[in-house]
Amino acid sequence: MPSVRLVNVAKRFGKTTAINNLSLEINDEEYLCVLGPTGSGKTTFLRLISGIVKPDEGEIYIDGKLVNDVPPQERNTAYVPQQYALFPHLNVIENVAFSPISKGLSKEEAYEISREMLEMTRLALRASSFPNELSGGMQQRLALARGLASNANLLLLDEPLGALDARLRVELRHKLRDLVKEKGFTAIHVTHDQEEAMVVADRIAVLRNGQIQQVSIPFTLYNEPKSIFVADFVGGANFLEGFVVDLDQHGSWVQLRNELMLRIRETGYSVGERLVVAIREEMTKVLEGRKRKEVNLLPGEVESVSFLGSYMVYEIVLENGEVVNSRVPVHVENKRISGGDRVSVQLDPQNIKTYLYPPSGLYRELEVI
Amino acid sequence: MPSARLVNVTKRYGEITAVENTNLEIEDTEYVCIIGPSGSGKTTLIKCISGIIDPTEGEVYIDGKLMNNVPIQDRDIGYVFQEIALFPHMNVYENVLYGPIVKGWDLDKTRNLVEEMLNMMALTDRVNDYPQVLSGGAQQKTAITRALTSGSLLLLLDEPLGSLDTKVRTMLRHELRKMVKDLGLTAIHVTHDQEEAMAIADRIVVMKTGRIVEVGTPMELYLRPKRLFTANFVGEANFMTGEILKVTSDGVEFRINDEVFHKAEKVDFEERKIVAAIRPEFVVMKKSGKIRTGRIENKVFVGSTVRYEVRTESGELIVVRTPFTSESYRWKVGNSVNLTFPPRSILLYPYPEAGLEREISIE
Repeated sequence: MPSVRLVNVAKRFGKTTAINNLSLEINDEEYLCVLGPTGSGKTTFLRLISGIVKPDEGEIYIDGKLVNDVPPQERNTAYVPQQYALFPHLNVIENVAFSPISKGLSKEEAYEISREMLEMTRLALRASSFPNELSGGMQQRLALARGLASNANLLLLDEPLGALDARLRVELRHKLRDLVKEKGFTAIHVTHDQEEAMVVADRIAVLRNGQIQQVSIPFTLYNEPKSIFVADFVGGANFLEGFVVDLDQHGSWVQLRNELMLRIRETGYSVGERLVVAIREEMTKVLEGRKRKEVNLLPGEVESVSFLGSYMVYEIVLENGEVVNSRVPVHVENKRISGGDRVSVQLDPQNIKTYLYPPSGLYRELEVI
Repeated sequence: MPSARLVNVTKRYGEITAVENTNLEIEDTEYVCIIGPSGSGKTTLIKCISGIIDPTEGEVYIDGKLMNNVPIQDRDIGYVFQEIALFPHMNVYENVLYGPIVKGWDLDKTRNLVEEMLNMMALTDRVNDYPQVLSGGAQQKTAITRALTSGSLLLLLDEPLGSLDTKVRTMLRHELRKMVKDLGLTAIHVTHDQEEAMAIADRIVVMKTGRIVEVGTPMELYLRPKRLFTANFVGEANFMTGEILKVTSDGVEFRINDEVFHKAEKVDFEERKIVAAIRPEFVVMKKSGKIRTGRIENKVFVGSTVRYEVRTESGELIVVRTPFTSESYRWKVGNSVNLTFPPRSILLYPYPEAGLEREISIE
């Protein structure tokens, strides 16, 4: 029963700290996604658990046993790295069956498992092809099938769908989760794609600069992001700066740039405090024309309208020069609103999240490039 | 003014036909995206335009001039690849200034242009940095800026954002389109990411096995795709088989399972057997009623939307996507629900000869 526990783990490469005093517990049969931008330490995190990289500090436990000094091959994990190495001289099914056979399964048993995994990764028709005859996406699926068939019950997957076409990636992520759940595996899956993480994971750990920012189930992560960085990286949001100018029992007033006023529900701040207010694009409403002075109706002009399939995005430049994006499902889209129109954006106080203005500045928190 | 035109272009590698008898016209200052599954010939097509490869048959015109025998360097094209190729011994500024210098432009004028572009791409703070200290996103921004300052009015982009994180990709695609439009360039952009294509393109070319399946605006391809393959490849869709009952003066009457629908639209095919397609966000899910009852088998929270999989009484698995609200989130796995398909959101296609699976296959 593979649970995984990291206690105060640190890993440095020269002067760079890849993982910084990280503690995390992953339950048996849990599907955990590690989500973060490039350079956040995701791959190092996975390699520490696989044993390819040793921590400078801290302890790693698998299944309750300290594994700091246990070599990778004895950890009974299936590690599928981003740069997968397939056996070039073995065909597809032989690649997949290699590990189960080497673990003592009969050829029949190994091939049966292998066929199942090839079916799932949609490679069944290519069973007798050789790796160099496959496209990049197929090779990645083969690496995934090989990892899944290896009979290890702890899966370590580094961007397992990253090389696939967007369309296929969406299909396979559902299958991947179903399979992991059906087999009762524990899976740790690294990705930079927040939607993928939401779909496959039981819990998501957001990593930044080698530290965990937040670990939650997808629903909580999306609806209660603890920091500006998480709100931005998971789902994205509109961020506006302001100061608390007044408060009462039911909420506070925040003054945005150019004296636009915004009502929020929080009462815990004090007057004069500098805040960042955040609201998801799909939680905003665009109304035609300049409405009378209702609460949280911000006047602006439509800068652009983008069609993105199942939804539209209206880019609104507010009178104070700040930009708010509004995302509207295509079937409720208001066809009368187009570029150049004068509109009002409604920000319902109950959908607004607030954060203290970060000491290093807002831009820094949103920076992922 | 660079328009591009392909006439009966075919490219064969030995016995493999990468691009087959393809015709395409791209207008001046148009932003065109080419999408398709891997191996569909997208990259080969763009390479025929750039001159990196010669077509086996057919003609390639740029700006009305036949290009077949014109070498790459004389085609005046800006090129951005997925594999970022910057000069490692030059900083950002020098990389971007390279094209204008090689072309022998007036440096004073060029400097202004280069600085303006660097500013537009928010690279001004990074001008003294060398490529190896830049993140992937900043490197690719530099590569794009370099292509934009090359003075070429035709830009070819082969998965220019492919190696980047989703988040960075989303940010850059907006900047890329804005730059191309502001500068009045013509851009041809290959991508495997349908959403990227929709966000960035004026028109999208959908390819499959070396052929163009369909060309249309993002809205046409998503809301009124002419081909089944497109309906499946661009966005998600539910497919059901049915039959045409009768074509009337004001539309068409058809049947899916036991339910009869009427749609105010002319069908331009004769086959009786049809495939009906509907996008997950157009399916209406209500509390269980009499018709089309189903049982929720799966529920996934995807942030701004919630995705349900519903098994209908006739055994089909229908995907339903709703915007996330407390109302839409209340359904649980196991709940009985009633699904309705608004007729105007149902797309109709003749049942494909090769079979449905084969027709929409993305392999």
